[in-house]
Amino acid sequence: MTFSLVPSLWLIPAAPLVVSLLILSLKKSRHSASAMLAIFGQLVALGFSAAAFLQTLATPGFRVVHNFTWFSFGEQSLRIGWVLDPLTAAMLIMITFVALWIFVFSVGYMAGDEHFARFFAYLSFFTAAMLGVVIANSLLLLFVCWELVGIASYLLIGFWIHKPSAAAAAKKAFITTRIGDLGFFVGLLWLYGSSGTLLFYEEGRGCLESAALLAIGPSATAIALLIFCGAVSKSGQFPLHVWLPDAMEGPTPVSALIHAATMVAAGVFLVARVYPLFSMGGVVAGGVDPGHAGLSAAGYNGVTPSLTVVVWVGVITALMASLIALAQWDIKRILAYSTVSQLGLMMVSLGVGGVAVGVMHLLAHGFFKALLFLGAGSVIHSCQHEQDIRRMGGLRGMIPITLITYAVGMMALSGVPLFFAGAWTKEEILQATAHWPGSRVPHYLMMAGVVLTALYMTRQMIYVFFGRRHAASERAHESPRVMTLPLIVLAFCTIALSLLLTPAWPWLHEYLSGARAHFETARLIQPALLVSFALVAAGIGLGILIYRNPTERDPLEAAQPALFRFLENRMWLDEIYARTVIAFSRMAARLSDWMDRHVWDGLVRTVGGIARLFGDLNKGADERGINAAVDETTFGARDLGRVISAAHSGQVQTYLGAVGVGMLALLLLYAWLG
Amino acid sequence: MVGMITALILVPLVGALCVSAARPRQARGVALGFNALSAIIAFTLWRNFDSSAAGLQLIERYAWIPALGAEYLVGIDGLSLLLVLLTSLLFPFALLAQQGSRGLCALMLVMQSALYGTFTAQNFVLWFLFYEMSLIPSFLLIKLWGGEKRAHAATKFFLYTFLGSVAMLLAFLGLYFVHGTFDFARLAELGKTGLLTSNISWLAFAGIFVGLAVKVPLFPFHTWLPDAYETAPTGVAMVLTGTLSKMGVYGFVRLLLPLFPSEMRVVGPWLLGLAVCSIIFASLAAWAQTDLKRIVAYLSINHLGYCMLGLFAITARTAEPMVETQAALSGVFMQIFNHGITAATLFYYVGLLEQRRGARGLDDFGGLMQRAPLLCGWMSIAMFSSLGLPGLNGFVGEFLIFKGSFALAASFTAVAVLGLLITAIVFLRAMQALFSGPLAGSCSAFPELRPKEKLVLLPATLLMFAIGIAPQFIFNIFNTTVVQMAQLFA
Repeated sequence: MTFSLVPSLWLIPAAPLVVSLLILSLKKSRHSASAMLAIFGQLVALGFSAAAFLQTLATPGFRVVHNFTWFSFGEQSLRIGWVLDPLTAAMLIMITFVALWIFVFSVGYMAGDEHFARFFAYLSFFTAAMLGVVIANSLLLLFVCWELVGIASYLLIGFWIHKPSAAAAAKKAFITTRIGDLGFFVGLLWLYGSSGTLLFYEEGRGCLESAALLAIGPSATAIALLIFCGAVSKSGQFPLHVWLPDAMEGPTPVSALIHAATMVAAGVFLVARVYPLFSMGGVVAGGVDPGHAGLSAAGYNGVTPSLTVVVWVGVITALMASLIALAQWDIKRILAYSTVSQLGLMMVSLGVGGVAVGVMHLLAHGFFKALLFLGAGSVIHSCQHEQDIRRMGGLRGMIPITLITYAVGMMALSGVPLFFAGAWTKEEILQATAHWPGSRVPHYLMMAGVVLTALYMTRQMIYVFFGRRHAASERAHESPRVMTLPLIVLAFCTIALSLLLTPAWPWLHEYLSGARAHFETARLIQPALLVSFALVAAGIGLGILIYRNPTERDPLEAAQPALFRFLENRMWLDEIYARTVIAFSRMAARLSDWMDRHVWDGLVRTVGGIARLFGDLNKGADERGINAAVDETTFGARDLGRVISAAHSGQVQTYLGAVGVGMLALLLLYAWLG
Repeated sequence: MVGMITALILVPLVGALCVSAARPRQARGVALGFNALSAIIAFTLWRNFDSSAAGLQLIERYAWIPALGAEYLVGIDGLSLLLVLLTSLLFPFALLAQQGSRGLCALMLVMQSALYGTFTAQNFVLWFLFYEMSLIPSFLLIKLWGGEKRAHAATKFFLYTFLGSVAMLLAFLGLYFVHGTFDFARLAELGKTGLLTSNISWLAFAGIFVGLAVKVPLFPFHTWLPDAYETAPTGVAMVLTGTLSKMGVYGFVRLLLPLFPSEMRVVGPWLLGLAVCSIIFASLAAWAQTDLKRIVAYLSINHLGYCMLGLFAITARTAEPMVETQAALSGVFMQIFNHGITAATLFYYVGLLEQRRGARGLDDFGGLMQRAPLLCGWMSIAMFSSLGLPGLNGFVGEFLIFKGSFALAASFTAVAVLGLLITAIVFLRAMQALFSGPLAGSCSAFPELRPKEKLVLLPATLLMFAIGIAPQFIFNIFNTTVVQMAQLFA
């Protein structure tokens, strides 16, 4: 038994977390110290991640867990732990590596910001939380870190807190994601109740292992869908995607982190992690052992209700977002919608059973989306913080490094064949959708999505780098080395990664599915491959054709003004939400307040009033009734007393007279009765 | 160690006398000294408490009014100890929150003594005595040192809770005349064997229920609370929400659940409905408020609603798995403690803001992050703790409550989860209004958190993290009690 890193896996998120606390305790003015610390923390995390990754290479399908008791209540204990398997290891490498270069880039981008140190503390915290999500072997621990990711994004999106729009965007992100998290939370409770554990793997007793899955039975579909709510909100899926484009209010490195390495990746990762729950329905029907459904796409053919939902949500998201991206003017917003659409694509891939492929696309996307965002940051930096692509233009000669690296990212995102990471994964996703027994529609819609992606990226490239110069691009200059170096590294990685993804030697695919890769050139030549490449070519060609002369007025706008307006305004989804859900909730709040003031308190006042009425009545009765009666009685007695006392005159003659009259009366009475 | 509990009850009373005799300037110092003494005693109790033993411990029993069967009977189990510790923690915190005159300090100490009594008495007559004893100082504290509308709020508070008490007293007298005992343990035995069920049991149940529901408060008996908390001075609001509201929850656990299991089962769904209403409507109403103090007050109702949800879920179902009952009960106890700390801390912050700005409306502030980043950061921790962010204390209790209640009453719990969302909205809205945006002109000279204030806040803040990350030390206090009670309720 060799030395295992797994028990100390917690060190990976701990390093950036400790660093974050250290930076917060530093003086605000210690800029370089905080940047150094943050980068050092990332390096430590990257080093550990690499070591962990090497360990997973030992055996295919490597999975080691380390579980322990968090706390005991009553007679039970709540156990959490961490897991190291290919999924975790690959994510760890991607997150720490991409984050490291985003950190380096931030040193240049944020230079001069007053709260430079705080920024790096938040960034470190953000990656720490995300690394926690990845290593968690318990849905509860995952949820805890998941929420911490949410709070970190809240802090970072609202980093420029003096800007009301940033504060609003941060709030929107937190609340929108929390809506989905409620579903996640209920799913978690349900899972806990029905399986008795929240550990994923624990020597056959974990909630993702066969015994527990059989115990959960038919409710797995509901649980999976509830958990999926969390993924929908975090990964910006329709209808909870609205926060993601607004998250642009944060500094650009934050956008890069949110869109590439952390945050949005969490949702896709979550679905991949609890995949056995999603594939349960199919397992019951098909009789396959759920424990081994895992990450292997091969041989899996089930269409379960929950996975069908995943597919359709993904399809709608991908298509909607790529359409909207076509009509945006803000360079970062276009990228934001491209993220939304790529995440939709990943969900589709997971839904149709291509789990490994979906994760691969997530990893590749992490690299090239970080590259694109940082590139956009470099462009914005060089254009005096102008973000509108109409006011850029003609930048190609002025910022050459940014141009080349951005082009690499753009080609990877569009899926230009052979040398770019995104191309292979995208192609595989298309193939996976083609073989989905549920329906062929997602396949065709995803093909349309590929064309659209190539189209809007071409549009952006042309608007930013080609055409006439504008005011903002007149005095553009290349960014400093500290910002271009990350671009170069990430561009290089985007290309290098493609080597692990080719069908000839699908190393990453086999690694994730727990098999060994074999080299076979023949797999490179497939008709399906040609189809997807043709689609990309069509998209780019169409783009060049339409946007060859970039003008203020978009050619699409000229052709279809109403449609363009619809897309430009993001299908008015924000407005629709504001008028319906948000307005309704506000009304409910005001109603509750009103009820409190008038109905419930009114009830109390009524009861009080009735009591007072009784009091008054009582008082009245007292004064006029009882009191008066007593008064009357006493007065009567007094008057009687007066009358009687008048008789007591003290004169014996009168008394004797009275006695005599009395005696006479008695005698008469006696005689009469007798 | 006999006499410890009595000492605990008496020390604040003696303190109240000493404070009254002290010089006005030294009043708060003397009161804090006695608080420290109480805290030491409470801590010693904790040390001497055997957390693995079931049942009451450190019992003191003396004959008192033999004719009534009323004994002087005090003792603690895990729940009592938890509340005693919470009380000991919150009173110094509350006294440090404001300048106190002699009267205020003395009354606070009387209240503290009453609370210790309430949480340790094991006989109804004694318990009720302390229960009522807490009412008078709180009434006076609001009436004499409150803000605007204090007379109205104080009277409302007093009449409301007093009516509840009268209902409860009548109910217990009824029970006494039928069964001839005031002892909690014996009554609980009778309740478990079903002997308590008689003609008057429904009346008695209703009486006690109303009394406690007002105290917690449970929707729709809650309307006294926002007014009272709003007008109460900071320190008083802190102990009102932190400890006084816990008397109601404690009463539910100690009296209503053990004594009336069959009645609880019958009305269980209705009670769950009330708890859910508490959670949802209170948080919605908090959203509609603009006064920070009222916001925190309404969220207090919301958070205690979670406690009620857990308790009612336990009784609503006839055959529940022990696992879930234990989870819900542990969650409720945890929530009692956490809410005490977090809500009191929030009131403290509101007090700080009000002290600095002279107002406490949401619109009276803006851009504080630029002037007082530390204050904003620390206050955010308390807010996030209150909205149940994992990693901070609030989450642990709420998670267990929801875990237990979801298994026992799934649909009610699923609705109640919405409360988590609304709470988040309320707090984020507050944060946005207070901390972000351009600096409001009226806050241009807003002072940062002072070292002294930091020192006062440090224990509470550390506790939030400690319980959020490693809550075992709190669970250890009441785990055995939870197991025992779960059997009792089964």
